[in-house]
Amino acid sequence: MSDWITVCSESDLTPNTGLCALLGGEQVAVFYCGKTRKLFAVSNYDPIGEANVLSRGIMGSIGEATVVASPLYKQHFNLETGECLEDTEHKLKTYPVRLHEGEVQMQAA
Amino acid sequence: MSKQRVVVVGNGMVGHKFIDNLINHEKADQYEIVTFSEESRLAYDRVQLSSYFSGATAADLALTDREYYRDNGVNFVLSDKVVEIDRAAKVVVTESGRKEPYDKLVLATGSFPFVPPIPGNDKEHCLVYRTIDDLGMIKASAKESKVGVVVGGGLLGLEAANAIKNLGLETHVVEFAPRLMAVQLDEGGGKLLRRKIEDLGVKVHTEKATTEIVVGKECRYRMNFADGSHLETDMILFSAGIRPQDELARKFELEVGERGGIVVNDNCQTNDKDIYAIGECALWGGRIFGLVAPGYTMAKVAVSQITGGDELFQGADMSTKLKLMGVDVASIGDAHGNTPGAQSYTYNDEIEQVYKRLIISEDGTRVVGAVLVGDVDAYGNLLQMMLNDMALPENPAALILPSTGDSASVGLGVDALPDSAQICSCYDVTKADIKAAVAAGCTDMGGIKSATKASTGCGGCAALAKQVMDAELASLGYEVKNDICEHFAYSRKELADIVRVKQIKTFDELLESHGHGLGCEICKPAVGSILASFWNDYVLKDEHIGLQDTNDIFLGNMQKDGTYSIVPRVAGGEITPEKLIVLGEVAKEYNLYTKITGGQRIDLFGAQLHELPLIWKRLVDAGFETGHAYGKSVRTVKSCVGSTWCRYGVDDSVGFAIDIEDRYKGLRSPHKLKFAVSGCTRECAEAQCKDVGVIATENGWNLYVCGNGGMRPRHADLFASDLDRETLIKYVDRFLMFYVRTADRLQRTSVWLENLEGGLEYLRDVIINDKLGIAEELEADMAANIANYQCEWKTTVENPERLKRFKHFINSDEADNSLAYVLERGQRRPATKEERVQLVELVD
Repeated sequence: MSDWITVCSESDLTPNTGLCALLGGEQVAVFYCGKTRKLFAVSNYDPIGEANVLSRGIMGSIGEATVVASPLYKQHFNLETGECLEDTEHKLKTYPVRLHEGEVQMQAA
Repeated sequence: MSKQRVVVVGNGMVGHKFIDNLINHEKADQYEIVTFSEESRLAYDRVQLSSYFSGATAADLALTDREYYRDNGVNFVLSDKVVEIDRAAKVVVTESGRKEPYDKLVLATGSFPFVPPIPGNDKEHCLVYRTIDDLGMIKASAKESKVGVVVGGGLLGLEAANAIKNLGLETHVVEFAPRLMAVQLDEGGGKLLRRKIEDLGVKVHTEKATTEIVVGKECRYRMNFADGSHLETDMILFSAGIRPQDELARKFELEVGERGGIVVNDNCQTNDKDIYAIGECALWGGRIFGLVAPGYTMAKVAVSQITGGDELFQGADMSTKLKLMGVDVASIGDAHGNTPGAQSYTYNDEIEQVYKRLIISEDGTRVVGAVLVGDVDAYGNLLQMMLNDMALPENPAALILPSTGDSASVGLGVDALPDSAQICSCYDVTKADIKAAVAAGCTDMGGIKSATKASTGCGGCAALAKQVMDAELASLGYEVKNDICEHFAYSRKELADIVRVKQIKTFDELLESHGHGLGCEICKPAVGSILASFWNDYVLKDEHIGLQDTNDIFLGNMQKDGTYSIVPRVAGGEITPEKLIVLGEVAKEYNLYTKITGGQRIDLFGAQLHELPLIWKRLVDAGFETGHAYGKSVRTVKSCVGSTWCRYGVDDSVGFAIDIEDRYKGLRSPHKLKFAVSGCTRECAEAQCKDVGVIATENGWNLYVCGNGGMRPRHADLFASDLDRETLIKYVDRFLMFYVRTADRLQRTSVWLENLEGGLEYLRDVIINDKLGIAEELEADMAANIANYQCEWKTTVENPERLKRFKHFINSDEADNSLAYVLERGQRRPATKEERVQLVELVD
């Protein structure tokens, strides 16, 4: 298991929005849910729109799943599993993420 | 095989309908069509004639145009009257001597206004009301007149009275019969109509027979009546009924009726089998049908017969529903109760000024007629019951009694209608047609209208058509539900009401009290927009930021590669050379692809997140403001150069456009809003395809609303004419706020209007007449919104905290390394997938 790497501080998070972190050369979209106080981390690359934009999508829920909608063509990606709800062929890479002593930390997946 | 020649004499509404049906027929290519009109223009909408006085142009009234006829191979000859039919040689001859052979001849010569034989009726300023040219003469005469009299208190007479009243004349109606609209209304209905019309300031004189028109003392003329009284007036409009235009038939020995009209059989054929007559010139079963719907049916029958079909004309229902001077009036079937043994129910409310009479058959089981004045909601139901011979409900009186709230059981229930029931008589749309449209995927009235044309004519059937649609949707298992998404069981309009009434200021508050789940990319921006519309709070505050689409967060338009485009506001499309140079310099420095937009602005493409604040700092310093191109908000007010430079300009369109744009910039709404202002009727700013269009006239400004270009073009409707600037701004304030309050998410004004029950009339009632009593509130809302305006980019570049967000990575100053561009026509653009591969290979 690789080390936890700090990418930003807790105060950098705005509830219910995403941000993009650079983790060992990979672009990772990090989301913070204000209601459940949960953090999510998935690849920032939208495989359908083919651009690094997912951190700029709107967070929400579809049924029980917490999701982000791509800002390009609005497909939903499950933030827990990375799966695309509209097209299960596409699946985002997910990353372990945690809040630790006021810092947002991730592990390279 | 050589084509059959069909010659159509008369290019009025019915003549055109015949041609339109024939060129759209499957056998259209077997016919060659020639049509003649004695008027100088092709067919126009005579039913809407009076709108000419409220600013509609001849082009607005046109039912067709030269291109359409040319494209479909229809030959037409204008301003040339057919004066001879050589039935043996099968040739018609016109006034100018033109000869045209025919295989089939269709007479659609219409009617002419009957002018009673009163001495003096041929003086100047004694006019009729039938053609666009007549209206021109009325307008001209009104300029030199103070008092106007309409002779005839029938349907057309009252329309004419409304027209001259709107031209500012003291208006009188003189009627021979004891009441108004004697053909359609009974005594009670006629009495109430008179009272309502007199309340509007029109003086009504009944039981008056004019004996002569002589020189007046106070006014130009004096009309002397048989009872010894008299009336002074400057202008006289004769509208005492119509007579079939059957001159040709008489001259060339086709059979005509005793009191006029070309006799036709069920095939719409005259006694010459190759000559047909349709519309108001035709006499069928001893009757003339002076409405457009039966004329259209005849046109259809004639096309069917000529093309070998077997449709027959079997008479037509003459029920009508209309608005006269704002008064709702309807007449169904046997309005006078002449059916032997007929009985009736009467409801007469003198307080609310509503009169309804329901006439039923002797055995009490069927509707045979009705008269409705002041409240015509029952029209659709009663008409369908009569036409489809449906049994009356248990308590027929309930059909005309005011609704007490629990009367859902009363009335028709559209399920009971047969599929053949005609819902829209203007376009002959049946219940089956609407069901088919629903089956094909239509789920709203806008869809039904474009698929079937139902309720796009007089609009009288709108409520009924919607009932049929809803019932059909329900029976197909659609829950007729307007929920915005799975998180809120409310429509956008309902959410807006909740936010406004309960003074809710954040999405979380609303989700907590009225929703569930976390929200989504549908409800969040919608609620964000509602909050912004009502409270105009800075949209990037922490509690609002998660609601916004990326475009709203980063105040730019995301492009396919994740970069943004920048559109500064250029109000009215007016820009100084200095500012233009700044845009050029910025674009050059940041290597932005540059393009002029359709809204008269400049779009700069390809800015990365971290570049946005740098670019905007430069722009704000140079005096630019955000253009809100990224928002569901007011975009641009396009203008032509107007009277300041243009030789033809009537008023200062640029100046007004800038004022309007400055007033409404930043207003958040259910969808984007586009405006335009034209300096004259040449309309170079294309205002009639905008949500709000303004056109200068000699007397002020005309206001058009709910137009649209784009995917579903819609011509804007003329909303009000000859307004001064203050009044126009007041109406636009109210209009915009009413739209913001009531439209659904992502519903453009065009679709909103099409789905608004009561349509344009209702909108005018709300905005101009303040029917709902909310006008002041709407204006206050707008004033508050304007007071809270801020340039979001100015606020952003001045706030270091906000600027943090404009970085691609939270933990690095690097830019997105996946962007790749190629040069094209001297500028860069995103590389395609194939080009990327090549670029990578080159780098490697």
